[in-house]
Parts: sequence; C-alpha cells; structure tokens
Amino acid sequence: MSNINRREFLKILGIGTFMGIGGWSMFEVVGKGEIEAFAEKYKKVPGALQAKRWAMVIDLKKLDQQIINDCTEVCHRIHNVPKILNPKEEIKWIWDEKFKNAFPELKDDYMSSEIKNMHVLVLCNHCENPPCVRVCPTKATFKRKDGIVMMDMHRCIGCRFCMAGCPYGARSFNWRDPKDYIKNENPEFPLRMRGVVEKCTFCYERLDRGLPPACVEASKGAIMYGDITDPNSEIRKILSSNFAIRRKAKLGTKPSVYYLL
Amino acid sequence: MYDGGKIIFGLIIFIALVTLPFTLGIGKEYIKANPKIDTPEIMKLPEAERKCVESKDFMRKEHMKMLIEWRDAVVRDGKTLYVNSQGKTFNMSLQNTCMQCHSNKSKFCDECHNYVKVKPYCWDCHLEPKENIKKEAGL
Ligand code: SF4
Ligand code: SF4
Ligand code: SF4
Repeated sequence: MSNINRREFLKILGIGTFMGIGGWSMFEVVGKGEIEAFAEKYKKVPGALQAKRWAMVIDLKKLDQQIINDCTEVCHRIHNVPKILNPKEEIKWIWDEKFKNAFPELKDDYMSSEIKNMHVLVLCNHCENPPCVRVCPTKATFKRKDGIVMMDMHRCIGCRFCMAGCPYGARSFNWRDPKDYIKNENPEFPLRMRGVVEKCTFCYERLDRGLPPACVEASKGAIMYGDITDPNSEIRKILSSNFAIRRKAKLGTKPSVYYLL
Repeated sequence: MYDGGKIIFGLIIFIALVTLPFTLGIGKEYIKANPKIDTPEIMKLPEAERKCVESKDFMRKEHMKMLIEWRDAVVRDGKTLYVNSQGKTFNMSLQNTCMQCHSNKSKFCDECHNYVKVKPYCWDCHLEPKENIKKEAGL
C-alpha cells in the first residue's frame, strides 16, 4: 500500500462514490429483466374501476323504505355480515338512521318532525382525513391510494381505538364469533373472527373486478358514486348543481359521502 | 472415584430421560403426512393442465409466504391477478382459487399441518370447502 499516496486514495474514493450514486452496483446485482419481472408479478384486473378518490352522493328525496332495506340487505348478505339483534353487539356496514341522529349538528328546536325523523342511509364516509386510520396502532385500517378507507382483518388486534376515533359510529366490533349468526354464507367472501372490527369497505372487491358498489346497484338511482377529483364525473356534475351536505363536516374529517336534501 | 455409584446411577437416569422421546416411540406406527391431490376438480382437468400456480416444490416450501404476499397485493394495492413464472394469470384468492381445486382441506392442508403441529388461522375467517355436506348430498 506504500505506493498509494493521499491524492490517489482520494481519487479512488471519488470514483467509488460516483458509481454508488449512479446506482451501477444495483443493476449489476439485480439485472433489468428481473426488476421488470418483479413489477409484473401482481396486476390489476384489466376492467377494474379506478379513481383518484372515490366518493358517493346519496339523494335523500329518492330514498324510500324499500330501497333502504334492499341496500342494507344486499350489502350485509354479500359481505357475510352477521345478523345479531342485540343493539349493543350488532354489526352494521350500512344502516337506516333518523335525520336528527345522522345530522345532530343541524337539529333545531323548530325543525319539523317530518325532517327530524326522515330516514337516512348511513355508512362509513371514507373520510379524506380519517381519524380511525390515525389512531390504529397496527395499520389494520388504512387509506388506499383511491381514497377507500380499508380494513386488513389479518392485522386487527381488536383494540377498538378506531371505534373511539370514528365520529360516525361506522365501525362495529365482533363481540361474538360471527359464524353462528350468518344464515347463508356468500362462498366468495370471507367471514371475520371474534375480536376484530369491521365496516363498509366501499365494495373494494367489486370495484377491483369492474363492478359498482352493491348498494349503488340496489338503490334504483338514489345512490351515485364516482371519482370526486374528476370534474366530468357524474357526482361532480350533481354536486355543482345541487346543495349537498356532509355529516359533521365541522370536525374536519372531510367525508366522501354527500347527501342531497 | 468418589461417589462413583451415585454418578453412574445419575448418568443412567439422565440418559434414560434424554432418550425418552425415542424409546417411547418404539413399536408405534410412523404416520407420514400424505396430502392428497386427487380431488374431482383436479382429476377432471386434462393431464397437461394439472398444475398448481407454481411448481410443486416451490409451493411446498413457499406457499405460506406466497399467501401473505397475495394478501398484501389484494388488500393493500387492489391488485388481484398473479402472473406466475410461466406467464399464466390467476385470481389471487385462497377461497376462490386455491380451494376450488384443493376441495379436500382435511386431506390436503390438514394432513401436513397436523403432522408438523401448526395451526394456521386461515380458517377462522376464510370459508372451507364444504367437503362433508357435498358427500352427504351425493354431489
Ligand atoms: S367514517 Fe369513521 S370509519 Fe369511516 S373513514 Fe371516517 S372516521 Fe374512519
Ligand atoms: S381495532 Fe383493529 S382496526 Fe381498530 S384500531 Fe385496533 S387494530 Fe386498528
Ligand atoms: S359500498 Fe359496499 S360495503 Fe359499503 S355500504 Fe355499500 S354495499 Fe356495503
């Protein structure tokens, strides 16, 4: 080593750093073909429905008891949601709520009882700024790139922080083994186990196969959905020409479910 | 040797204890895991197509890791198709893909899982194929 002087040593060091920045060593080890093969391993279905941010508009004028029942029934049936009658233990992804409870901040002493008791379909709002995601210690609940607030049941430890965090009561906890409370299982969808939290998932499994959410399909036009970042989408057109409200908008969770009155 | 008798006695007890798992097994039948892949769903495929998503060897060693990767791709990234090493495409689903061929969970999954005494919790949520009901109904 005696024939390397300080100057040469620095030169070698410089070349080494340069190669490192260029990422040459990476290509030598992995090879371009292998990188491409890796990226191709998992793919979306060609017809999958995609958006920058999914959102829904529910037209309360078009809702009637039949539609409310149909939407609830189809969602709970295809997602194997157990039917537990005890209200303290019941599991619901979408349900019928009175206006005064869905929009408590709009309640007024002189509001007509007709409006107070109007039926509203409520579900997870897939908030843009979801408190449930922020408090989940395991990332079992997280926001997908398309705005859907999702659950990974495999990771849920049942701590229920998310239920405390959600201001809309959109989440239910499985106090019992749900198996015993499902009559006809949908063989294509999994169940859940005792001790996990569940909620509406915006029918991710249908969107990923190119189908609209089941409640939208069953709603006879009362529920519309689409990409809210796309100014040409159906829901953006509706929102630009109608007065729409969101639940507890003041809290800053930025719900993606809008209601037309 | 001081206390030679005691030491030898102790050694004999020690060896007896250490070899207990082997001596207890003497004369007992050795049951090897024997997973079956002869389900009607697999048998009705033409022989050239009777192939799993990857090679038998790969699946035997790696299926658990593969299922976890599938889960993350589907749940986190919304990617539901798997392109295998031959370029063939499959829907990534334990319930709707794997178990459609391996409709004999008790003679396939359980066979090895019981042998190595592992209890994967897949079936706490994912629906098993209805083996017994099918048989009873003569389907
Ligand atoms: S409605 Fe509740 S559960 Fe749904 S994203 Fe908002 S905070 Fe989370
Ligand atoms: S109950 Fe599950 S989803 Fe909710 S915060 Fe805890 S780990 Fe996350
Ligand atoms: S979007 Fe799908 S999961 Fe959510 S309430 Fe509607 S049907 Fe149920």
